[in-house]
Amino acid sequence: MRELSLHILDIVGNSVRAGATLITINITTVDNLLTIEIIDNGHGMSKELLDTVCDPFTTSRTTRKVGMGIPLFKMACQCAGGQFTIDSTRNVGTTVKATFLVNHIDRAPLGDLVSTMITLISEDIDYLLDYQVDDRRTIFDTRQVKQELGDIPIDSPEILIYIKDLLTENIITVNGGRNI
Amino acid sequence: MKTIAEIKAIRDKMQAEIIDRDKSHNKDIRIIVGMATCGIAAGARPVFNTLVDEVAKRKLVNVKVSRTGCLGMCKLEPIVEVYTPNDGKVTYIRVTPEKILEIIDKHIVGGNVCTQYLVENE
Ligand SMILES: Nc1ncnc2c1ncn2[C@@H]1O[C@H](COP(=O)(O)OP(=O)(O)OP(=O)(O)O)[C@@H](O)[C@H]1O
Ligand SMILES: [Mg+2]
Repeated sequence: MRELSLHILDIVGNSVRAGATLITINITTVDNLLTIEIIDNGHGMSKELLDTVCDPFTTSRTTRKVGMGIPLFKMACQCAGGQFTIDSTRNVGTTVKATFLVNHIDRAPLGDLVSTMITLISEDIDYLLDYQVDDRRTIFDTRQVKQELGDIPIDSPEILIYIKDLLTENIITVNGGRNI
Repeated sequence: MKTIAEIKAIRDKMQAEIIDRDKSHNKDIRIIVGMATCGIAAGARPVFNTLVDEVAKRKLVNVKVSRTGCLGMCKLEPIVEVYTPNDGKVTYIRVTPEKILEIIDKHIVGGNVCTQYLVENE
Protein backbone atom coordinates (compact mmCIF):
# COMPACT_ATOMS: atom_id res chain seq x y z
CA MET A 1 0.00 0.00 0.00
CA ARG A 2 1.35 3.34 -1.03
CA GLU A 3 0.12 5.40 1.90
CA LEU A 4 0.31 4.90 5.65
CA SER A 5 -3.27 6.19 5.86
CA LEU A 6 -4.36 3.15 3.80
CA HIS A 7 -2.73 0.89 6.38
CA ILE A 8 -4.56 2.83 9.10
CA LEU A 9 -7.87 2.21 7.32
CA ASP A 10 -7.03 -1.48 7.14
CA ILE A 11 -5.81 -1.90 10.73
CA VAL A 12 -8.86 -0.05 12.05
CA GLY A 13 -10.95 -2.50 10.00
CA ASN A 14 -9.64 -5.25 12.29
CA SER A 15 -10.80 -3.25 15.32
CA VAL A 16 -14.24 -2.85 13.77
CA ARG A 17 -14.44 -6.59 13.15
CA ALA A 18 -13.42 -7.16 16.79
CA GLY A 19 -16.57 -5.32 17.89
CA ALA A 20 -14.83 -2.15 19.08
CA THR A 21 -17.09 0.77 19.98
CA LEU A 22 -14.29 3.30 20.53
CA ILE A 23 -11.18 3.50 18.39
CA THR A 24 -8.42 5.99 19.12
CA ILE A 25 -5.98 6.94 16.39
CA ASN A 26 -2.91 8.83 17.59
CA ILE A 27 -0.57 10.19 14.95
CA THR A 28 2.38 12.10 16.29
CA THR A 29 5.35 13.49 14.41
CA VAL A 30 8.14 14.98 16.45
CA ASP A 31 11.37 15.85 14.67
CA ASN A 32 12.29 12.74 12.69
CA LEU A 33 9.97 10.26 14.39
CA LEU A 34 6.42 9.48 13.25
CA THR A 35 4.34 7.33 15.59
CA ILE A 36 1.00 5.80 14.65
CA GLU A 37 -1.02 4.18 17.39
CA ILE A 38 -4.41 2.51 17.01
CA ILE A 39 -6.17 1.60 20.23
CA ASP A 40 -9.48 -0.25 20.33
CA ASN A 41 -11.82 -1.65 22.97
CA GLY A 42 -12.77 -4.70 20.95
CA HIS A 43 -12.75 -8.33 22.06
CA GLY A 44 -8.96 -8.64 21.81
CA MET A 45 -6.89 -11.69 20.99
CA SER A 46 -5.78 -14.76 22.85
CA LYS A 47 -2.09 -15.13 23.65
CA GLU A 48 -1.78 -17.83 20.96
CA LEU A 49 -3.32 -15.67 18.24
CA LEU A 50 -1.26 -12.65 19.29
CA ASP A 51 1.94 -14.68 18.98
CA THR A 52 1.23 -15.59 15.36
CA VAL A 53 -0.58 -12.50 14.15
CA CYS A 54 2.40 -10.98 12.33
CA ASP A 55 2.61 -14.11 10.22
CA PRO A 56 0.67 -13.76 6.94
CA PHE A 57 -1.10 -17.08 7.38
CA THR A 58 -2.97 -15.97 10.47
CA THR A 59 -6.57 -15.02 9.94
CA SER A 60 -9.94 -15.63 11.50
CA ARG A 61 -11.55 -14.90 8.16
CA THR A 62 -13.64 -17.58 6.55
CA THR A 63 -13.55 -16.02 3.07
CA ARG A 64 -9.83 -16.77 2.62
CA LYS A 65 -6.88 -18.39 4.29
CA VAL A 66 -4.38 -15.58 4.67
CA GLY A 67 -4.55 -12.41 6.70
CA MET A 68 -2.30 -9.70 5.30
CA GLY A 69 -3.24 -6.51 7.11
CA ILE A 70 -0.88 -6.70 10.08
CA PRO A 71 2.11 -8.22 8.22
CA LEU A 72 1.92 -5.47 5.57
CA PHE A 73 1.78 -2.67 8.13
CA LYS A 74 4.67 -4.19 10.06
CA MET A 75 6.71 -4.40 6.88
CA ALA A 76 5.99 -0.75 5.96
CA CYS A 77 7.20 0.24 9.42
CA GLN A 78 10.34 -1.88 9.48
CA CYS A 79 11.32 -0.77 5.97
CA ALA A 80 11.32 2.78 7.27
CA GLY A 81 13.61 2.13 10.21
CA GLY A 82 10.74 1.92 12.69
CA GLN A 83 9.45 -0.47 15.33
CA PHE A 84 6.20 -2.36 15.43
CA THR A 85 4.36 -3.63 18.49
CA ILE A 86 0.97 -5.12 19.09
CA ASP A 87 -0.59 -5.68 22.49
CA SER A 88 -3.91 -7.27 23.16
CA THR A 89 -5.94 -8.40 26.13
CA ARG A 90 -9.01 -10.52 25.78
CA ASN A 91 -12.22 -8.59 26.43
CA VAL A 92 -10.26 -5.37 26.95
CA GLY A 93 -8.87 -4.43 23.57
CA THR A 94 -5.91 -4.16 21.27
CA THR A 95 -3.20 -1.57 20.67
CA VAL A 96 -1.13 -1.50 17.50
CA LYS A 97 1.84 0.85 17.50
CA ALA A 98 4.21 1.58 14.64
CA THR A 99 7.03 4.08 14.38
CA PHE A 100 8.74 5.42 11.26
CA LEU A 101 11.78 7.57 10.56
CA VAL A 102 10.27 10.56 8.79
CA ASN A 103 13.18 11.16 6.42
CA HIS A 104 13.82 7.47 5.65
CA ILE A 105 13.91 6.91 1.90
CA ASP A 106 11.57 3.90 2.11
CA ARG A 107 8.96 5.55 4.31
CA ALA A 108 5.56 5.72 2.69
CA PRO A 109 3.84 9.11 2.99
CA LEU A 110 0.93 9.41 5.40
CA GLY A 111 -1.21 10.30 2.38
CA ASP A 112 -4.89 11.07 2.46
CA LEU A 113 -5.78 10.67 6.13
CA VAL A 114 -9.01 12.60 5.62
CA SER A 115 -10.33 10.05 3.11
CA THR A 116 -9.48 7.31 5.59
CA MET A 117 -11.50 9.06 8.33
CA ILE A 118 -14.45 9.67 5.98
CA THR A 119 -14.46 5.99 5.07
CA LEU A 120 -14.41 4.93 8.73
CA ILE A 121 -16.91 7.25 10.38
CA SER A 122 -20.14 5.45 11.19
CA GLU A 123 -23.06 5.66 13.55
CA ASP A 124 -22.18 2.71 15.74
CA ILE A 125 -18.47 3.31 16.35
CA ASP A 126 -16.75 6.33 17.88
CA TYR A 127 -13.38 7.65 16.77
CA LEU A 128 -10.92 9.86 18.54
CA LEU A 129 -8.25 11.23 16.21
CA ASP A 130 -5.35 12.96 17.92
CA TYR A 131 -3.05 14.45 15.31
CA GLN A 132 0.16 16.19 16.36
CA VAL A 133 3.14 17.63 14.54
CA ASP A 134 5.92 19.03 16.71
CA ASP A 135 4.09 21.36 19.12
CA ARG A 136 0.91 21.71 17.03
CA ARG A 137 -2.13 19.53 17.61
CA THR A 138 -5.73 18.92 16.57
CA ILE A 139 -8.21 16.54 18.15
CA PHE A 140 -11.35 15.26 16.46
CA ASP A 141 -13.85 13.28 18.49
CA THR A 142 -16.97 11.82 16.85
CA ARG A 143 -18.70 11.68 20.25
CA GLN A 144 -18.71 15.49 20.33
CA VAL A 145 -19.99 15.67 16.76
CA LYS A 146 -22.76 13.17 17.48
CA GLN A 147 -23.83 15.16 20.50
CA GLU A 148 -24.28 18.23 18.31
CA LEU A 149 -26.08 16.23 15.64
CA GLY A 150 -28.80 14.72 17.78
CA ASP A 151 -30.73 12.28 15.61
CA ILE A 152 -29.02 13.18 12.32
CA PRO A 153 -26.68 10.31 11.38
CA ILE A 154 -23.01 11.27 11.37
CA ASP A 155 -22.46 9.24 8.22
CA SER A 156 -24.96 11.25 6.15
CA PRO A 157 -23.06 12.41 3.06
CA GLU A 158 -23.75 16.10 3.85
CA ILE A 159 -22.20 15.72 7.31
CA LEU A 160 -19.25 13.74 5.96
CA ILE A 161 -18.50 16.54 3.48
CA TYR A 162 -18.50 19.04 6.34
CA ILE A 163 -16.17 16.82 8.42
CA LYS A 164 -13.91 16.41 5.40
CA ASP A 165 -13.45 20.17 5.07
CA LEU A 166 -12.89 20.57 8.79
CA LEU A 167 -10.27 17.83 9.02
CA THR A 168 -8.51 18.94 5.82
CA GLU A 169 -8.09 22.48 7.09
CA ASN A 170 -7.00 21.45 10.57
CA ILE A 171 -4.47 18.88 9.39
CA ILE A 172 -2.90 21.39 6.98
CA THR A 173 -2.62 23.86 9.84
CA VAL A 174 -1.02 21.30 12.15
CA ASN A 175 1.40 20.14 9.45
CA GLY A 176 2.71 23.71 9.34
CA GLY A 177 4.28 23.07 5.95
CA ARG A 178 5.99 19.79 6.92
CA ASN A 179 5.63 16.90 4.51
CA ILE A 180 4.18 13.97 6.45
CA MET B 1 -8.46 25.93 12.98
CA LYS B 2 -12.05 24.99 12.40
CA THR B 3 -14.30 23.88 15.23
CA ILE B 4 -17.41 21.74 15.10
CA ALA B 5 -19.55 24.74 16.14
CA GLU B 6 -20.77 25.32 12.58
CA ILE B 7 -22.26 21.88 12.49
CA LYS B 8 -25.33 23.13 14.35
CA ALA B 9 -26.40 25.22 11.35
CA ILE B 10 -26.06 22.22 9.03
CA ARG B 11 -27.99 20.08 11.48
CA ASP B 12 -30.89 22.53 11.63
CA LYS B 13 -31.05 22.74 7.87
CA MET B 14 -30.97 18.95 7.54
CA GLN B 15 -33.59 18.48 10.23
CA ALA B 16 -36.00 20.64 8.25
CA GLU B 17 -35.27 18.63 5.08
CA ILE B 18 -35.62 15.30 6.83
CA ILE B 19 -39.16 16.06 7.84
CA ASP B 20 -39.98 16.44 4.13
CA ARG B 21 -37.99 13.46 3.05
CA ASP B 22 -39.59 11.07 5.51
CA LYS B 23 -42.92 11.70 3.87
CA SER B 24 -41.69 10.66 0.44
CA HIS B 25 -38.71 8.32 0.86
CA ASN B 26 -37.01 5.78 2.98
CA LYS B 27 -33.34 4.92 2.72
CA ASP B 28 -34.35 2.30 0.23
CA ILE B 29 -31.14 2.06 -1.78
CA ARG B 30 -27.99 0.75 -0.14
CA ILE B 31 -24.50 0.89 -1.62
CA ILE B 32 -21.82 -1.14 0.15
CA VAL B 33 -18.10 -1.02 -0.59
CA GLY B 34 -15.80 -3.93 0.36
CA MET B 35 -13.04 -2.52 2.54
CA ALA B 36 -10.74 -5.34 3.72
CA THR B 37 -7.02 -5.38 2.95
CA CYS B 38 -7.62 -6.67 -0.58
CA GLY B 39 -10.22 -3.99 -1.36
CA ILE B 40 -8.17 -1.17 0.17
CA ALA B 41 -5.04 -2.22 -1.73
CA ALA B 42 -7.04 -2.36 -4.96
CA GLY B 43 -8.41 1.18 -4.56
CA ALA B 44 -11.65 0.93 -2.56
CA ARG B 45 -11.00 4.11 -0.55
CA PRO B 46 -11.20 6.56 -3.49
CA VAL B 47 -14.29 4.69 -4.73
CA PHE B 48 -15.96 5.16 -1.34
CA ASN B 49 -15.04 8.85 -1.14
CA THR B 50 -16.22 9.54 -4.70
CA LEU B 51 -19.50 7.86 -3.80
CA VAL B 52 -19.98 10.04 -0.71
CA ASP B 53 -19.21 13.20 -2.70
CA GLU B 54 -21.58 12.30 -5.52
CA VAL B 55 -24.45 11.22 -3.27
CA ALA B 56 -24.13 14.53 -1.39
CA LYS B 57 -23.82 16.56 -4.60
CA ARG B 58 -26.87 14.98 -6.20
CA LYS B 59 -28.79 15.03 -2.91
CA LEU B 60 -29.72 11.37 -3.24
CA VAL B 61 -31.51 11.29 0.09
CA ASN B 62 -32.78 7.75 -0.32
CA VAL B 63 -29.27 6.29 -0.66
CA LYS B 64 -27.33 4.87 2.27
CA VAL B 65 -23.59 4.37 1.68
CA SER B 66 -21.60 2.04 3.91
CA ARG B 67 -18.57 -0.20 3.99
CA THR B 68 -18.02 -3.84 4.83
CA GLY B 69 -15.11 -6.27 5.20
CA CYS B 70 -13.96 -8.90 2.72
CA LEU B 71 -16.55 -9.83 0.12
CA GLY B 72 -14.64 -13.01 -0.69
CA MET B 73 -13.42 -12.34 -4.24
CA CYS B 74 -10.12 -10.59 -3.58
CA LYS B 75 -8.97 -10.62 -7.21
CA LEU B 76 -12.08 -8.75 -8.33
CA GLU B 77 -11.82 -5.90 -5.82
CA PRO B 78 -12.81 -3.12 -5.45
CA ILE B 79 -16.28 -4.65 -5.15
CA VAL B 80 -19.45 -2.62 -4.69
CA GLU B 81 -22.83 -4.12 -3.84
CA VAL B 82 -25.93 -2.15 -4.73
CA TYR B 83 -29.35 -3.01 -3.26
CA THR B 84 -32.38 -1.41 -4.90
CA PRO B 85 -36.07 -2.26 -4.53
CA ASN B 86 -36.32 -2.99 -8.28
CA ASP B 87 -33.21 -5.08 -8.96
CA GLY B 88 -32.38 -6.50 -5.53
CA LYS B 89 -28.68 -7.09 -5.05
CA VAL B 90 -26.28 -6.26 -7.87
CA THR B 91 -22.53 -6.83 -7.44
CA TYR B 92 -20.08 -4.68 -9.38
CA ILE B 93 -16.44 -5.69 -9.64
CA ARG B 94 -13.16 -3.86 -10.28
CA VAL B 95 -14.89 -0.57 -9.57
CA THR B 96 -13.00 2.70 -10.02
CA PRO B 97 -14.05 6.29 -9.18
CA GLU B 98 -15.03 6.76 -12.86
CA LYS B 99 -17.13 3.58 -12.90
CA ILE B 100 -18.90 4.46 -9.67
CA LEU B 101 -19.97 7.80 -11.16
CA GLU B 102 -21.40 5.91 -14.12
CA ILE B 103 -23.13 3.40 -11.83
CA ILE B 104 -24.73 6.24 -9.86
CA ASP B 105 -25.88 7.91 -13.03
CA LYS B 106 -27.21 4.87 -14.90
CA HIS B 107 -28.23 2.46 -12.16
CA ILE B 108 -29.02 4.46 -9.02
CA VAL B 109 -30.58 7.45 -10.77
CA GLY B 110 -31.50 5.95 -14.16
CA GLY B 111 -32.64 2.52 -12.99
CA ASN B 112 -30.55 0.56 -15.53
CA VAL B 113 -27.98 -1.94 -14.24
CA CYS B 114 -24.48 -1.38 -15.71
CA THR B 115 -24.16 -4.95 -16.95
CA GLN B 116 -20.63 -4.51 -18.31
CA TYR B 117 -19.25 -4.29 -14.75
CA LEU B 118 -20.93 -7.41 -13.39
CA VAL B 119 -18.97 -10.48 -12.36
CA GLU B 120 -20.73 -12.69 -14.90
CA ASN B 121 -19.43 -10.51 -17.72
CA GLU B 122 -15.84 -10.70 -16.57
N1 LIG C 1 -7.74 -5.26 16.71
C1 LIG C 1 -7.93 -6.59 16.73
N2 LIG C 1 -8.75 -7.16 17.65
C2 LIG C 1 -8.96 -8.49 17.68
N3 LIG C 1 -8.39 -9.37 16.80
C3 LIG C 1 -7.57 -8.86 15.85
C4 LIG C 1 -7.30 -7.46 15.77
N4 LIG C 1 -6.43 -7.26 14.73
C5 LIG C 1 -6.20 -8.48 14.20
N5 LIG C 1 -6.88 -9.44 14.86
C6 LIG C 1 -6.85 -10.89 14.56
O1 LIG C 1 -5.69 -11.15 13.79
C7 LIG C 1 -6.03 -11.74 12.54
C8 LIG C 1 -5.07 -11.28 11.47
O2 LIG C 1 -5.25 -9.89 11.16
P1 LIG C 1 -4.79 -9.31 9.75
O3 LIG C 1 -5.24 -7.90 9.65
O4 LIG C 1 -3.33 -9.55 9.58
O5 LIG C 1 -5.54 -10.21 8.69
P2 LIG C 1 -7.12 -10.33 8.47
O6 LIG C 1 -7.80 -9.14 9.05
O7 LIG C 1 -7.56 -11.67 8.95
O8 LIG C 1 -7.26 -10.29 6.89
P3 LIG C 1 -6.93 -9.01 5.97
O9 LIG C 1 -6.36 -7.94 6.86
O10 LIG C 1 -5.95 -9.53 4.97
O11 LIG C 1 -8.22 -8.57 5.35
C9 LIG C 1 -7.47 -11.36 12.30
O12 LIG C 1 -8.14 -12.30 11.49
C10 LIG C 1 -8.04 -11.31 13.73
O13 LIG C 1 -8.40 -12.63 14.16
MG1 LIG D 1 -7.07 -7.13 8.61
